Amino acid sequence: MSDSAAHPREEGADADAATDTDGPDPTDGTDPSVEETPPTGDPIETVTTGAESVVAALEAAGAETAFGVQGGAIMPVYDALYNSSIRHVMMAHEQGAAHAADAYGVVAGEPGLCLATSGPGATNLVTGIADADMDSDAMLALTGQVPTDFVGNDAFQETDTVGVTRPVTKHNYFASDADSVGDVVGEAFALSSVGRPGPTLVDLPKDVTLDETDEEPGDAEAPAGTDPDPSARADAVEAAARAIESADKPVCLFGGGVIKGEASETAREFARTYEIPVVTTMPGIGSFPEDDELCLSWAGMHGTGYANMAITHTDCLVAVGTRFDDRLTGGIDTFAPEAEVVHIDIDPAEISKNVYADYPLVGDAATVLEQLDGAIDTTPAADDWREQCRAWKETYPMTYAAPDDEPLKPQFVVEAFDEATDDDTIVTTGVGQHQMWASQFWTYTEPRTWVSSHGLGTMGYGLPAAIGARMAADAMDEPDRDVICFDGDGSLLMTMQELSVAVRENLNITVAVLNNEYIGMVRQWQDAFFEGRHMASEYNWMPEFDKLAEAFGALGIRVDGYDEVAPAVEEALAYDGPAVVDFHVDPEENVLPMVPSGGANGRFALSEDQL
Amino acid sequence: MSGEGMTGPGPDERPHPEGRRNLEGHRIDPVVEAEHDVRRAVISALVEDEPGVLARVSGLVSRRQFNIESLTVGPTTVEGHSRITMVVEETDPGIDQIEKQMAKLKPVISVGEVSGDAVTSELVLLKVTGDEPDKVHAVAEMYDGQTLDAGPETITVQLTGDESKIDDAIDAFGQFGIVEIARTGQTALARGNIPTAPGEKPATAGEPTTPTSQ
Repeated sequence: MSDSAAHPREEGADADAATDTDGPDPTDGTDPSVEETPPTGDPIETVTTGAESVVAALEAAGAETAFGVQGGAIMPVYDALYNSSIRHVMMAHEQGAAHAADAYGVVAGEPGLCLATSGPGATNLVTGIADADMDSDAMLALTGQVPTDFVGNDAFQETDTVGVTRPVTKHNYFASDADSVGDVVGEAFALSSVGRPGPTLVDLPKDVTLDETDEEPGDAEAPAGTDPDPSARADAVEAAARAIESADKPVCLFGGGVIKGEASETAREFARTYEIPVVTTMPGIGSFPEDDELCLSWAGMHGTGYANMAITHTDCLVAVGTRFDDRLTGGIDTFAPEAEVVHIDIDPAEISKNVYADYPLVGDAATVLEQLDGAIDTTPAADDWREQCRAWKETYPMTYAAPDDEPLKPQFVVEAFDEATDDDTIVTTGVGQHQMWASQFWTYTEPRTWVSSHGLGTMGYGLPAAIGARMAADAMDEPDRDVICFDGDGSLLMTMQELSVAVRENLNITVAVLNNEYIGMVRQWQDAFFEGRHMASEYNWMPEFDKLAEAFGALGIRVDGYDEVAPAVEEALAYDGPAVVDFHVDPEENVLPMVPSGGANGRFALSEDQL
Repeated sequence: MSGEGMTGPGPDERPHPEGRRNLEGHRIDPVVEAEHDVRRAVISALVEDEPGVLARVSGLVSRRQFNIESLTVGPTTVEGHSRITMVVEETDPGIDQIEKQMAKLKPVISVGEVSGDAVTSELVLLKVTGDEPDKVHAVAEMYDGQTLDAGPETITVQLTGDESKIDDAIDAFGQFGIVEIARTGQTALARGNIPTAPGEKPATAGEPTTPTSQ
């Protein structure tokens, strides 16, 4: 970054100062009748409209931060946010608002909050809502709607938002009147995090938010019957305990539910007490420290060879908070084919949905693990098995070739950032090859430090997620934590406009672009399964991301060789504000190991010619 | 820079377990695969009668590709509560999934399969050509049907009953040439004191039918 490129935040300092005084300078010639009173930043004291009831309900429920985009039908809610304790981050696009809210929730462990107007605002949110739904992330989306009398008439910016989002929300609501709207919003906020979390949505017709009301919203409560019993049935626990005791080759499989259920500590203690090797799913990354001797990292399509060997040969799989996604299981016929499955999940519908559970334990992850701990009398005799797992780690090490005559390898970049940062660093990603390398070559040790789009696989998730993660860390008074977004060139191009938000808010994030000028994962599949025909996967021209970053007002760095990596990492991390490092990496590098879609986990390929 | 690419025995050089799972994720004998047969099941759900509840249920059925034969909905004696009756054709694990996924919908108060000996019935309106009115009336009488409309061109008959009776009747009316047909789909109640939806309390008009347990 050159000295001449003054940071916009410095230029904006005067404007900030103005809000600290009693208002704009009256001598600046503007019409005094539209003089702006500065926001108070205090919670709403007295409710007078539906919109104020909405905001008061959010404040009462504990919402601190919101991400959104303005627009006609949501304007009353925004006006009520003017004087509120909720900090609003104005995003560039509604999809970014939803992803930021989702990631905020993942990092903070409470529902994220996003807002959009009716019509295109609401439909733009849908990708982010669907993403949260697939990953069971707690989130509340508020959408403006045309006034009730216009609904159904194809009014300007009207979309049937409740209809459109019904399949991708845990539940959604259409607000009917100003008196009850606060309670509805409070209920939706609470519902998103009880039991199995998921996104909820409240559609807010403009007349409902504009109408007068003095109804103060009550406490945010999830509807009756939605908060499940945390304990599993005692007889089922006993039976599962006997199965674990008698296992010769036990494996713990920790999924995202371990992290969402705040069960990481309990899960760690459980695995260590009974000396059971641990495999995680991708969303479960961070539930168990990857530098622990027992940890085999994550299994599945691009999981480690040792995790896939262990999960293939285990005779007792203790699965916690996982829905056995096809990217984890590979072909069902060969998934842990000789294992008795103990399945702990808060959602009974996940039991035996994809993999039959011999020992179904419906309940909260931490509670049921404690129940199991109380019921197990003897540690399974698995010395040989642990030795086997350890040997697999040596047989199938996570390595990559980096010859001098080949371009910079993306894995090296991930390792460089990992080495330069602390364990509490938050990593976000887009979707594609870079996402796999970021999960494979970074050693995760803490829950809520890996923030990615797993189930939906949304390219472009990384940058808005980094914004949400940064806001969450700051809201938790952890401003020193680093937030790093590993992104692909294709992925970043989908949501790059959100960099304007990071600059405006001066958010300390580092975007590491693993730029191979391909939609790399598609290119890899085309090489493996489509005879190398690179249809619509090769970018003949990519913008220069370092210069684009500077145009946005961020720090931009370009890296082409190994010797430039360390200085760039250092400069980007030290920079106060958003930094983008465009790493031009080997375009032909593939993600390995790889289990072909529907294949057997135990038959993972270690090189392209094994596919 | 150097370093090696990924090392280790290739896919064919590793040990592989003999065991297998079937499509439903059950461990199976690799030689004799146990197959689940598709069967008919009547599923009854007590739901809150709020806007969109039918759309939530039908959306769930379609997006999870459950095979349903019919779906009926109607109010109960309790204000704000409706009963949805679905006839599905699924394997046992499929039926289990339908019940569990239905139970996750917020407006669904209680849901379960109605036992095999439940009382089931369907209403059918049949319009046949009016060329042989006496014969039509005779067949209608045989199946306890009622003639709702008789004109020179067509005769419309109403029939009620369980599935086999209705199927037989439709076959019998076929000889006259069926012009149009409208069927409501099966609806059902459990026999005796067995609650139709699990946990549902016996209700008389005006008393809330709340489940005893969720």
